[in-house]
Amino acid sequence: MNDVYMDNNATTMVDPEVVSEMLPFFTEQFGNPSSLHSFGNKVGFALKNARKTIQTLLGAEHDSEIIFTSCGTESDSTAILSALRALPDRKEIITTEVEHPAVLTLCDNLETQGYTVHRLEVDEKGRLSLDEYKALLSENVAVVSVMWANNETGTIFPVEEMAAMAQEAGVMFHTDAVQAVGKLPINLQDSNIHMLSLSGHKLHAPKGVGVLYLRRGTRFRPLLRGGHQERGRRAGTENAAAIVGLGKAAQLAMDNMAHENTYVRALRDRLQEGILATVPNSFVTGDPENRLPNTLNIAFEYIEGEAILLLMNKQGIAASSGSACTSGSLEPSHVMRAMGIPYTAAHGTVRFSLSRYNTEEEVERVIQAIPPIVAKLRKLSPYWDENGPVEEPEKSFAPVYA
Amino acid sequence: MWDYSEKVKEHFYDPKNAGAVNEANAVGDVGSLSCGDALRLTLKVEPATDIILDAGFQTFGCGSAIASSSALTEMVKGLTLDDALKISNQDIADYLDGLPPEKMHCSVMGREALQAAVADYRGEEIEDDHEEGALICKCFAIDAVMIRDTIKSNSLSSVEDVTNFTKAGGGCSSCHEGIEQILAEEMEARGEKFVPAPIAAKQKNVVTLNSDELVIPEAKKATEEKPVETKKKAKTKLTSVQRIHLIEKTLEEIRPSLQRDHGDVELIDVDGKNIYVKLIGACVGCQLATATVGGIQQKLIEALGEFVKVLPVTEQQLSEIAEA
Repeated sequence: MNDVYMDNNATTMVDPEVVSEMLPFFTEQFGNPSSLHSFGNKVGFALKNARKTIQTLLGAEHDSEIIFTSCGTESDSTAILSALRALPDRKEIITTEVEHPAVLTLCDNLETQGYTVHRLEVDEKGRLSLDEYKALLSENVAVVSVMWANNETGTIFPVEEMAAMAQEAGVMFHTDAVQAVGKLPINLQDSNIHMLSLSGHKLHAPKGVGVLYLRRGTRFRPLLRGGHQERGRRAGTENAAAIVGLGKAAQLAMDNMAHENTYVRALRDRLQEGILATVPNSFVTGDPENRLPNTLNIAFEYIEGEAILLLMNKQGIAASSGSACTSGSLEPSHVMRAMGIPYTAAHGTVRFSLSRYNTEEEVERVIQAIPPIVAKLRKLSPYWDENGPVEEPEKSFAPVYA
Repeated sequence: MWDYSEKVKEHFYDPKNAGAVNEANAVGDVGSLSCGDALRLTLKVEPATDIILDAGFQTFGCGSAIASSSALTEMVKGLTLDDALKISNQDIADYLDGLPPEKMHCSVMGREALQAAVADYRGEEIEDDHEEGALICKCFAIDAVMIRDTIKSNSLSSVEDVTNFTKAGGGCSSCHEGIEQILAEEMEARGEKFVPAPIAAKQKNVVTLNSDELVIPEAKKATEEKPVETKKKAKTKLTSVQRIHLIEKTLEEIRPSLQRDHGDVELIDVDGKNIYVKLIGACVGCQLATATVGGIQQKLIEALGEFVKVLPVTEQQLSEIAEA
């Protein structure tokens, strides 16, 4: 029996078609795209094609708005630091408390260097208050950075509306769309988004390649200087094979956009319904009405996520968890805490993220596998009695050493 | 995924003594939900002998928390309470063939549950002196709270100080930014300003290329586990007595830093490349004992200019060595 991979928000399998498209660029197509001779020239043309395809996927107006980077994190850092350097008199940043660490950790660091960071709060379903956001927009704000969709819960933020509000206030808007690109239709030319980050390996391209979309006319200061590559906006010899792969992956994402939003969505819905129907004391986190078609985050109360993952892994099922222990930190996921999920549930959250490679059989297999795993761990839990949680769990088991 | 030992996996997949013990007369509840770990240890103690007849656990926690709990119950069964209390968290980790540094707190939780259960049985209060912070130094498993407290109580002002007092930062050095940050905050709180140490050229790291031979720095050679032919050593080969004197002298230099942590070390025997030492005081059962031994070994390798292995021995092994 093959293993079941349901951790596509972490990374995806490189599509075999992407691999075969890339292979020549490791061997005969080894030229430096900057070179004048035909070795380089051919590679240069391949990059141009990839840029065009990504332009189409993002609905960008110009292909020169696409800057290739090494990853989503680099794109995020480039965007935010560029805005701060382009607008040195503006010392405020608006973001959300549920961003990816690529943005949050950078903001934490900027805070120590004299910047003021406003982290928008979310409600119990992970939704933002646009009133709170509107009140913060001012000419002191250098940049707004808000993710398009949350990596843990799949909850989608109204970034297009927020970008329009930023535009109105004369503030630059960046979105980390790493989880959204390839899963949701995007049309940047009709939006007010100035900068957007994407990562290749989240959409069946290889690791080590990303994109920063930079709207024409947006003031920009490069992170890496030292070459004319990407029109001087990101110096360094291009990762040609990976860029070609990302171009192919972008094409496949467009071809599969409808499939992702119908078939994959239906698989996800079946998985959700199947698990909730058989596992008591479990619930979906985030906003089920407004989330990525492939993502399902379930909290299993009174047990811990890493233990769940290890037992799932033993049966060849791969997913991920918001538990502290999977990361080695002491706190459970900042996203779960931001939504006010109780600790007894936050530690037991499991994220299933599907892709177009998942099948109905796999979904049924996971639905079969989960209930006994949860039951086994609950049997060990001090918060669990024979058939349900102990009465007043927080009181009946109140350990020392807070 | 974590690099768990087979033993950890065994105790996680197939835990021993899960569930509460019937007619338990000692219960220890420890842990912290915010850390994602909580453990209830139940013991059945025979009042006449103080022997633990049965032990059971209920754990809310990750794989290594469940494995540590399972291991603990196996270890304490049949022991008297006093003997059981001698089990350190390092013993639990050793029983499981080691835990990743991020997971050492799971074994600490086991040890604390045991203390709590014994206190419960004896009707004593236990002092809550345990606080955990974010893990800063992954090499030696030192958290932010410990670093901050040590900086505060000793008015430390450099990363080197912090390393000398806590060992944090003494390994791969990638946590130095984090340590500097805590230093800066604590020094500001006491009205000082953190000044980073100047960048000093270290002669031993310089590789010089002679016209016909490449001299590799000593330290590098030593890690390759080959006998090092230093220039000094090439001239005079040490006699056994000289060698032991040099080992003793080196240990003397290390002892003050161990004594500062209420520990100590004693040289027991030298047998070729094996140097047997006895850890004393707080070093016994310290979760960093392995790191300490590693540090001693490194110092001895540098002093002797050859690869040696430092082996800590217990009382029992000691008598065996004496008999042999």
